[in-house]
Amino acid sequence: MAKIDDVGGQRARGFAFTQGFQRRSGPAAPEDARGWLDRYQSPREDIDPSPTVSDTVKYTTCYMCACRCGIKVHIKDGQLRFIEGNKDHPVNHGVICAKGSAGIMTQNSPAKLRKPLLRTGERGTGEFREIEWDEALTILTERLGKIRDSDPSKLAFFTGRDQSQSLTGFWAAQFGTPNFAAHGGFCSVNMAAAGMYTLGGSFWEFGEPDWDHTRYLLLFGVAEDHDSNPIKIGLSKMKARGAKIVSVNPIKTGYSAIADEWVGIRPGSDGLFVFALIHELLRADRIDAEYLVRYTNAPWLVIQDPGAPDDGLFARDADGAPLAWDAVEQRAVPATQAGIRPALVGAVTLPDGRRAVPSFHLLAERYLDPQHAPEAVAERCGVPADTIRRIAAEMAHLAFQETLTIEQPWTDWAGRRHERMVGRPIAMHAMRGISAHSNGFHTCRAIHILQILLGTIDVPGGWRYKSPYPRPAPPGPKPAGKRGETGPGKAIHGMPLGYPMGPEDLLVGEDGQPLRIDKAFSWDAPLSVHGLMHMVVANAWEGDPYRVDTLFMYMANMAWNSSMNTSETMRMLSDKDPDTGEHRIPFIVYCDAYASEMVAYADLVLADTTYLERWDCISLLDRPIGSAHGPGDSIRQPVLTPDRDVRPFQDVLIELGARLGLPAFVREDGSPRYPGGYPDYMTNHERKPGIGPLAGWRGADGKDAGKGAPNPDQLDRYVRNGCFWHFELPPEQHYFKHANQAYLETATRMGFLDKPEPVILQLYVEPLQKFRLAARGHGAVVPPADKRQRVETYFDPLPFWYPPLEEEGLDEGAFPLHAVTQRPMPMYHSWGSQNAWLRQILARNSLYIARSTAEQLGLADGDWAWVTSPTGRIRVPVQLMDGVEAGTVWTWNAIGKRSGAWNLSTDAPEGTKGFLLNHLISELLPERNGYRHSNADPVTGQAAWYDLRVRVEKAPPKERAETMPRFPAQAMPPGVEPPPAILRTGAVFRPTSRRTRA
Amino acid sequence: MHPAFSIIFFTSAAGAGYGLLALLGLLAPLGLLPASPLFGLAALALALGLVVAGLLSSLAHLGRPERAWRALSQWRSSWLSREGVAAVATFLPAGVFAIAWIVLATGDEGSGSGVAGVAGWITAAMAAVTVYCTAMIYASLKPIRQWANPWVPRTYLALSLMTGALLLNALLGAAGQAAGWSSLLALASVALAWSVKEGHWRHCATTRPVSTAETATGLGHIGRVRLLDAPHSEDNYLLKEMGFRVGRRHAARLRFITRLAAFALPAALSLGALVAGPGALSGTLALLAAAAAALGVIAERWLFFAEAKHTVTLFYGAGET
Amino acid sequence: MTSLPNREPGAPRLGLVIDLDTCVGCHACAVACKQWNDGGHMAPLTDTDAYGAGPDGVWFNRIHSFEAGSEQGGCGSRTTNFPRSCLHCEQPACVTVCPTGASYKRAEDGIVLVNEDLCIGCKLCSWACPYGAREFDQDVGVMKKCTLCIDRIHNETLAESERVPACVMVCPTSARHFGDLADPSSAVSKLVAERGGYDLMPELGYEPTNKYLPPRPRPTLALDERVTRDSANDDLPLHGLLKWADRILAR
Ligand SMILES: Nc1nc2c(c(=O)[nH]1)N[C@H]1C(S)=C(S)[C@@H](COP(=O)(O)OP(=O)(O)OC[C@H]3O[C@@H](n4cnc5c(=O)[nH]c(N)nc54)[C@H](O)[C@@H]3O)O[C@H]1N2
Ligand SMILES: Nc1nc2c(c(=O)[nH]1)N[C@H]1C(S)=C(S)[C@@H](COP(=O)(O)OP(=O)(O)OC[C@H]3O[C@@H](n4cnc5c(=O)[nH]c(N)nc54)[C@H](O)[C@@H]3O)O[C@H]1N2
Ligand code: SF4
Ligand code: SF4
Ligand code: SF4
Ligand code: SF4
Ligand code: SF4
Ligand SMILES: [Mo]
Repeated sequence: MAKIDDVGGQRARGFAFTQGFQRRSGPAAPEDARGWLDRYQSPREDIDPSPTVSDTVKYTTCYMCACRCGIKVHIKDGQLRFIEGNKDHPVNHGVICAKGSAGIMTQNSPAKLRKPLLRTGERGTGEFREIEWDEALTILTERLGKIRDSDPSKLAFFTGRDQSQSLTGFWAAQFGTPNFAAHGGFCSVNMAAAGMYTLGGSFWEFGEPDWDHTRYLLLFGVAEDHDSNPIKIGLSKMKARGAKIVSVNPIKTGYSAIADEWVGIRPGSDGLFVFALIHELLRADRIDAEYLVRYTNAPWLVIQDPGAPDDGLFARDADGAPLAWDAVEQRAVPATQAGIRPALVGAVTLPDGRRAVPSFHLLAERYLDPQHAPEAVAERCGVPADTIRRIAAEMAHLAFQETLTIEQPWTDWAGRRHERMVGRPIAMHAMRGISAHSNGFHTCRAIHILQILLGTIDVPGGWRYKSPYPRPAPPGPKPAGKRGETGPGKAIHGMPLGYPMGPEDLLVGEDGQPLRIDKAFSWDAPLSVHGLMHMVVANAWEGDPYRVDTLFMYMANMAWNSSMNTSETMRMLSDKDPDTGEHRIPFIVYCDAYASEMVAYADLVLADTTYLERWDCISLLDRPIGSAHGPGDSIRQPVLTPDRDVRPFQDVLIELGARLGLPAFVREDGSPRYPGGYPDYMTNHERKPGIGPLAGWRGADGKDAGKGAPNPDQLDRYVRNGCFWHFELPPEQHYFKHANQAYLETATRMGFLDKPEPVILQLYVEPLQKFRLAARGHGAVVPPADKRQRVETYFDPLPFWYPPLEEEGLDEGAFPLHAVTQRPMPMYHSWGSQNAWLRQILARNSLYIARSTAEQLGLADGDWAWVTSPTGRIRVPVQLMDGVEAGTVWTWNAIGKRSGAWNLSTDAPEGTKGFLLNHLISELLPERNGYRHSNADPVTGQAAWYDLRVRVEKAPPKERAETMPRFPAQAMPPGVEPPPAILRTGAVFRPTSRRTRA
Repeated sequence: MHPAFSIIFFTSAAGAGYGLLALLGLLAPLGLLPASPLFGLAALALALGLVVAGLLSSLAHLGRPERAWRALSQWRSSWLSREGVAAVATFLPAGVFAIAWIVLATGDEGSGSGVAGVAGWITAAMAAVTVYCTAMIYASLKPIRQWANPWVPRTYLALSLMTGALLLNALLGAAGQAAGWSSLLALASVALAWSVKEGHWRHCATTRPVSTAETATGLGHIGRVRLLDAPHSEDNYLLKEMGFRVGRRHAARLRFITRLAAFALPAALSLGALVAGPGALSGTLALLAAAAAALGVIAERWLFFAEAKHTVTLFYGAGET
Repeated sequence: MTSLPNREPGAPRLGLVIDLDTCVGCHACAVACKQWNDGGHMAPLTDTDAYGAGPDGVWFNRIHSFEAGSEQGGCGSRTTNFPRSCLHCEQPACVTVCPTGASYKRAEDGIVLVNEDLCIGCKLCSWACPYGAREFDQDVGVMKKCTLCIDRIHNETLAESERVPACVMVCPTSARHFGDLADPSSAVSKLVAERGGYDLMPELGYEPTNKYLPPRPRPTLALDERVTRDSANDDLPLHGLLKWADRILAR
């Protein structure tokens, strides 16, 4: 009798010779003569189909990217077994992406920092010694205390991928430095600013297409976006309904691949395409004039008085209310009044005798101009005129012949009841393909104008605000930190970031010089509402506008993928003043959870926890998780206990605040105000009375939403609800939120709005004109002479198109190709590469080139090429493809790694075959009149990553098949052990361990 | 397919061993072989030694060699299993034959010749069956069109016969008993094997692949299908095992070596042996012929794997296989 | 056991239907599969050189992307993301070639499995599978493969709605469907019928259970005539503005 000797010890998965065979998997084998033979030959596997998945389940929020999906974490015998999506969660409804599923391997990353570190070697080498937390905090308290007592702005506090900006920004203000921002300035401020100034909401996280109803989606420059899972869920809903998806994108992968139509546009030229669509709609009178009159500033009268200080501003009455021209009564009336019948076109004479026209008049005049006709732009944007006209005709047909009606009565802001909600089923979404260009602000505005003209903002089938948006366009708070507001030992009242309404809100000195280290809110980029994080290192190094003492960063890999001009940035971070021998940036503090490239450049490293080990707060005061169906926020709770000497950054910041005696972080007696750390702060901090970091379950009894007294049980309520709070709006508040009485009242009650007043969509953005007037010399705060022309040009209150700034004076023949990057869906920036599973998907990147272009350049698949930009040169491997605009080359972002970083072996493909395009991108534009502006949008300061122009040449065949540039390997900090070669992670969950060979 | 040395050695060594074994089994009862126990012992040791070495080598290919015995269980469907069963089973008649031939038949006036005859012929048949089973392991794999055709069993059988015949001739030569017929047999078997191998190559070159990237993905109705990106940026098991690609020049060189070493040289040397007549010269020539063939067959087997294209490569950028 | 079972009439044939029209190639299904199965029935899905020069590992599901029809130029070509896992064939030679009985097809639901405790790691099944659905675990020395998440789909400790393969559960675009393809009235069978679901390499005769849904033809939408009409001798811009001059609209 055969003895199965190698399966001893098997219990649940052992063999059952007879029963198992018959009960489970046997063929219908009769007990005939052959039966015994079968049994002899084929022991059957006795499968346990119902193993218990885990012994503990905890809900929390994913942070493998910034999408903030709800997750359900299974733990078995104290080990992470399985992470899945939370089915009840409003963001992801149970789905989870590749990164989220790979969370286990990030938790198991061998690159996790283990303890605070103090630098011992030269900056950049990665040599450290471990120190205790108390020492780290003592060093910081002493250094920062001195700064605060002398000049708080000598601290630059920048917090990259921060999801606790409402805390970090508040902390900076309490410290008294205006030098605070997070990653928005290099990320998507063009979208945020264009949206907030136009709609009081924005594509970037504050709005979403009506996925359930829209029949037409125009997707501009989106590869992945912050709404990773929601977009995918939405696209599949559209597919299921047979709706049409049009992707405007130079590259046809991912979303563009499944789109019904791919518009392979030339980078940076979307504005031209959109204006041509607008031109066609205006020409054919296929615009929603009623929508314009009801919800926008289209009828507001604009003063036409060249040379006057108020030329181009809205005509206002004595109370400051804007005026419109009532076409029936033939007189100027307050424009925001209900029931008026305002004219959309025609010059009128104001009571003071001056000429004015409705803003729509200016708009129509501009875009009807033949320079915006499809034929006029087709060549430059690479989209045939016929295609442009057809897309306009498709949208016009759906918008005006196939309106979408939802039988849901609602009441507008003026108290008028509407029997149903009527919408135009066309939605748009745009992100960094628009944002990351120096003309992105105006291009994004152009898209919003297209949406508004079609009447598709917050209507059924259109683009919808995610509550708590809309806010007034633009919302109230202005940037704090003007002169006089800062000073030794002084906290700043207000937040460092805000929305300037005019030149008087800028943070500039008498001479017009910037007050902030990143030059945000200066004449260089007046509406830089997210700051300019990409300029901090360069400016601090240069001492322009001044030197700082300490650069304190959190969660930003500035020595690598979030810098333009990475090689130079690395040099600047470690550069010393030859006279003094001191570093030009004297002290660098950095908080990371992993051994990233940036860690090597810090003097003091604070070792953070992972996302599964701490409390976090995704707050309405920051970037909430609301949806069109209602506001929401969420938390993270610790699911695992750290096995290292690490501390959550927020706890550290709160303790530091207390040690420094920052007013909001200590009680009257000087004792810490939040001794319980971040959870204590999340529960008990009040920004305004009744408003705290979390909006759910407020009030002593937990019954209040939005506003209410702190509730000691709040976190427990969140945990019991799967770590999120979502307030489902009643159906009557689902649309027209900008003008929906019931919604506006809800929003006011919850503290999102000060007053239940309608949010009026701003086709014509008056604050821009105010800056322009300043450039013409009007007003108290005017730009220095050398900036005037720039402000005059770019502060056009109606969007216009201009070539990306980098192209100004560029020898196009020498740099004929556009070079851009895309987000790979399974990788999050730099930090995915330490993940053993994700790096198997993408451990190297190539430069993708259109087959036709590659053939002209003599390049074949797998060849190596040199890519040259006006400022740098890199060597890369090349891959050919069909679905890319012929004048564009591209690669996946942030796959390339500095060798030694992330505890990867020094011969890892990320270092030898992977590359960053960033080495080619300059943070500064070429010199002009003795000054180098930031390589950014002139309105918002948004980093212009995708303006890059290059040429590609085949590398000589004898050269090494390795990417260039390469840097000496960085050392791993003490305590970070060499990684294992073989991973048998899940083996522990087998019923027996006998399966694994030694 | 990745040309794993363990398998190359297994198929060629065991093929030669079975070829020799079959010839011994066939010819000894006919009295065509020297009736010296030493010769019998040496010949059988060589044949069975090659077989055993081959089989052991095939174990080296296994992930869990200690469980190899399990491979005998699925003879009803699996050619690999059948091959194992046949290989093991062959040892039975071979053992009887060995005893009958060496101990009995050569000893006491051929008292065992009847047994040796029956056992020998059964051994020969079993050896052929075993080689056929080996070939069918490959010939039954539809995803590899270079293998899934009748030329593969023919090639395996013919090459086995050829290497067996060359070995036999060499053995006879070494025993100083080189005979005209054995050189003639060697020559004929080389001619047969060569023509069969050319037939295999011609078949591979002239038949169209049925599976293409278009049928693999089902996207052919849109047009030509090209890989844009593989699932993983580094090589995985499938690519390491089945994505092996041999350069055209390298393959041509190996074919030349095969033709020369496996066929042309052995044929010429065997002819030389035939012409030279019995003696040291023909013995040396026969030995050289066998040695050349050994090299040639290894090259042939290397190419057999290296030139085999698996349909999985269609998912990894091969247009056709 | 390696001979194919006699399927009882009416026995389900469980499998996946994958919609190539909506798959965005996000790899979510591949990683979820890795995660579930790493600690599941075939645990572990070993990774080798995990942080080194040649990271490799066992995956049951891998996502390719193809460009089809490039002869029609960049615009005409179609980029298609293409998940690939075991198709649980009706005529799986991967099973019949197996010398040990480790590979088998279940009579009750058609799932093709490997009994790791019998497997000798001869790799022959991986050669016999045209689709590259078998994964050798070098560390353990045995063959592994997609189990159709056998420890999920029949798992009584899970809520009914969760008894689907991990890859299906996570797919953010719902491009993956799981069900009984033997039952013509099942949702998956209907989908296959409606959308022209097809077999991969049907010419090899493996009769895969899993089906792929082809990319849909592109829709043609109605056009607005006022936009499409000839614009050559169109109104002058000024006239253009006049069309709104007499419009009386109430706010
Ligand atoms: N060429 C090119 N460059 C780009 C872009 C591009 O499109 N193309 N995109 C730009 C944009 S939009 C952005 S937002 C930036 C992003 O660039 P970065 O802001 O640098 O983002 P990451 O690389 O994701 O990570 C920053 C750091 O956060 C750390 N981190 C991760 N989790 C934690 C944690 O829990 N705690 C702590 N303390 N640290 C943690 C990581 O280890 C990493 O070092 O890149 C920019 N750079
Ligand atoms: N998986 C994953 N998800 C992420 C991130 C990640 O790293 N990985 N990062 C997160 C962050 S920080 C951000 S900011 C978001 C960004 O999310 P996305 O906005 O999706 O960012 P990108 O990947 O840069 O994609 C920009 C797209 O614009 C296209 N494009 C480039 N130039 C132009 C142009 O001129 N016109 C048009 N129409 N298209 C153009 C590119 O081809 C690309 O497809 O993603 C977030 N989500
Ligand atoms: S999109 Fe993915 S990585 Fe990002 S939060 Fe959601 S599950 Fe996590
Ligand atoms: S999860 Fe869905 S969309 Fe993503 S790759 Fe898999 S099948 Fe495609
Ligand atoms: S896909 Fe391959 S492994 Fe799966 S059943 Fe079919 S032949 Fe076997
Ligand atoms: S590798 Fe294992 S499962 Fe595959 S054929 Fe060999 S014994 Fe069977
Ligand atoms: S069914 Fe399960 S094992 Fe198979 S590919 Fe999907 S997740 Fe992986
Ligand atoms: Mo970003």
